[in-house]
Amino acid sequence: MSELHLKSWRFRAEREADWRRLERLLDKAEAGGAARLSPDELLEMPVLYRQALSSLSVARSISLDQSLTGYLESLCTRAYFFVYGARTRLPERLARFFRYDWPNAVQALWRETLASFAISAVAALVAFLLVTGDPDWFHSFVNPGLAGGRDPSASTEFLRETLYDHDASVGDGLTVFAAFLFAHNAQVALFAFALGFLLCAPTAALMVLNGGMLGAFLALFASRNLGFEAGGWLMIHGATELFAVILAGAAGFSIGWSVIFPGDRTRLDAAAAAGRRAATAMAGVVCMLMVAGLLEGLGRQLITHDLVRYAIAATTLAGWLAYFYWPRKAAS
Amino acid sequence: MTAPAPPAGTRRSFWGRRPARGRGARRRFDGYRELVTPEGVDLRLQVGGYGERLSAMALDLLILGAGLLVFGLMVALAVWATGATWLGQGAVIVAILGWFLGRNFYFFWFEARSRAATPGKRLMGLRVASADGGRLTADAVFARNAMREVEVFLPATFFMMRGEGVDAALIGLGAIWSLVLVLFPLFNADRRRLGDLVAGTIVVKAPRRVLQADLADADRRVSSGLAFSPAQLDAYGIRELHVLEDVIRAGDRKAMAAVAGRIRDKIAWEGPADTADVTFLNAYYVALRGRLESRLLFGRRRRDKFDVS
Repeated sequence: MSELHLKSWRFRAEREADWRRLERLLDKAEAGGAARLSPDELLEMPVLYRQALSSLSVARSISLDQSLTGYLESLCTRAYFFVYGARTRLPERLARFFRYDWPNAVQALWRETLASFAISAVAALVAFLLVTGDPDWFHSFVNPGLAGGRDPSASTEFLRETLYDHDASVGDGLTVFAAFLFAHNAQVALFAFALGFLLCAPTAALMVLNGGMLGAFLALFASRNLGFEAGGWLMIHGATELFAVILAGAAGFSIGWSVIFPGDRTRLDAAAAAGRRAATAMAGVVCMLMVAGLLEGLGRQLITHDLVRYAIAATTLAGWLAYFYWPRKAAS
Repeated sequence: MTAPAPPAGTRRSFWGRRPARGRGARRRFDGYRELVTPEGVDLRLQVGGYGERLSAMALDLLILGAGLLVFGLMVALAVWATGATWLGQGAVIVAILGWFLGRNFYFFWFEARSRAATPGKRLMGLRVASADGGRLTADAVFARNAMREVEVFLPATFFMMRGEGVDAALIGLGAIWSLVLVLFPLFNADRRRLGDLVAGTIVVKAPRRVLQADLADADRRVSSGLAFSPAQLDAYGIRELHVLEDVIRAGDRKAMAAVAGRIRDKIAWEGPADTADVTFLNAYYVALRGRLESRLLFGRRRRDKFDVS
């Protein structure tokens, strides 16, 4: 034979050093993030990546060495994920989230938010009327684990105590209860979001359950002439918490809605786009629930004056509304 | 009124219109997924297998569980040593919050980082990628992990619930319904779970391969000094070449002896019979690869030995 080497052998021999160099850089970057690379190496990376990609195309068309193409595929994939992967640092990302992403995502959900609010409000009203008419309905709306003894069989004094209790021994129990409530509420919120995918129906059911529970509680306290006091007790954190749950429902609705009515896109693409936007709102909802948990665990124990409670509720609600819906510039 | 017929060449499905594919390009699922980089090269990513993904999740849940267990033991020890009850109270709060955070943010934290893989996924050689080839955003990672709620924890709740009479029937129906969510990845080509659909992500294999020595190295070839006629080299195609490569790289003497025997029979080998099997196979591999590659340069890709057109 006239030629000593195969073309594919020479092809490999000429480029192997560059591939190895790229591999070393990737090892270094993957071990400690892009910060480990020097400025020169950072500049070198995209060049080496494009070389490797072009090597891959050539190798596929001229080389039958499958270990070589396999190696190049894995090398290019690693480099691709590095070059095109997410690169923002956490603090910047968080700042951006709170300044633009979260309020914008919530703003974009305004229709769903109204729908979610309407469903909860109607459910609360129905539950309120039903329980006022016949206290036995209470048990259909409220999960006994969450009621904590507050049901129609309890005495008026006991109910009044639950609103103002800040006795130290009970207070400790209540902080555990608050942590439990936070985890429970956050889980309900995530459910409302995740179930939206199933064409909105389960999310609507969750909103009805949540609104119903609220209405039943208020009806119980109202029947003992504690309605105003119970409102303050509930709204000091409820302004934040109920808002968060309503937003979670809205996030769920937006996914379900885009699956039912995808518009010009395929259902998959529409669901993915809505899912990402709704997820941004949901990440914020979890933050809101943490704030609500703090207000519930601390604020409610320390502040027992009804009017102050109402003032705090109004302030937080106004704060959230201004934060979300105040017109702002789009993210740069 | 009848619905307008879909335009020719499209097929309507619940998930939207899909362009019909020509006969030659019809896509049978072979575990690969097209991912074209902005430079226009298809990376042919391999979709993560069911077993790998399940093991990755089991590993992650084990890590999570072990972490919480160790934490619980440490607190219990501290309470026992100091006799402080307030510590126990705090521990319960931290445990509730820890379980919540762990269950929801363990996955998010690891997948939002540059490696895009939880420790379990990393061990199994998997990572998360954006299905459209773009950047994997934090929103997408959050969405795919928030959906875990209905895919894993909701069915788990159904299966752990106990009830009688109507309750039992309802729970049973719920469990069957939730199975649809759990088994979702079995029914789509890219093995995506619901969270992947909602977030537009996909789980792919990201193995690290080492560059092995080229079997066509000059000294190996020259040392053998065996020559083959074109007719002898036309006995096989690319598929057989790759099998031969695997056999030589694996280095199993028995397998090599068997393969060398088969090849000698097939090509009616009349050269020196005393060459070692490995030398013979290596020489034949290099000659065959040279022949197939030069035909490749002329645009002729011979798939296997049956491809004689």
